[in-house]
Amino acid sequence: MYRITSQPIEVEEVTKKVIRPEAGAVVNFIGTVREFTKGKKTLSLQYEAYPEMAEKQLKKIGDEIKENWPDAVTAITHRTGKLAISDIAVVIAVSTPHRKDAYLANEYAIERIKQIVPIWKKEYWEDGEEWIGDQLEKTPYSNGEPGEVKPS
Amino acid sequence: MIHIQCFAHLREQTGQDTITLDQTSLSVAELLAELSARYAIETESLMVAINEEYAAPEDRVSEKDRVALIPPVSGG
Repeated sequence: MYRITSQPIEVEEVTKKVIRPEAGAVVNFIGTVREFTKGKKTLSLQYEAYPEMAEKQLKKIGDEIKENWPDAVTAITHRTGKLAISDIAVVIAVSTPHRKDAYLANEYAIERIKQIVPIWKKEYWEDGEEWIGDQLEKTPYSNGEPGEVKPS
Repeated sequence: MIHIQCFAHLREQTGQDTITLDQTSLSVAELLAELSARYAIETESLMVAINEEYAAPEDRVSEKDRVALIPPVSGG
């Protein structure tokens, strides 16, 4: 249910993992590579992961979702390697009996991925390249632990 | 010896996938201080993972542990 892969992600394949008779709603989040960020043109991206830990942390997110939305089932696949504009970087599928919980749980999952899953993005621009997520770009973990978010 | 995996900009900055320290046991705080002194790594924003779990500064690292440096993440 929780995978890091260097191969292109099939949305349907991730979605199918959470479809079941008890579910009346399936929400997919598909994260794709954006061309322009604050006016700056991205040529391509590279994602690097610590795969063993990343898959454990993805499962942890699924467990947190279970605590907050006990009827939810979650599947997440994140890609690594070099990606072009509009390529799919991540797919999150959540199924629940009713739609509201699926929307909420899905958003919770992507917020947590950005906090605790050891995956790093390198941006390639026309005039250079840079790993995103260094202390210049993001708030450091000054309290010694990745932050917690509460479900809304 | 303790082997420490490096990723992303740390891998490029140190020029190594894995850093090896001669010690057999030390705390996470001591490990970061050692790496800071040796490689001029900015450790303030770094997390350390022990056996694929985030570790606290007072946690101890020994030779049989799988250790990794985790800079602020940027997946998604």
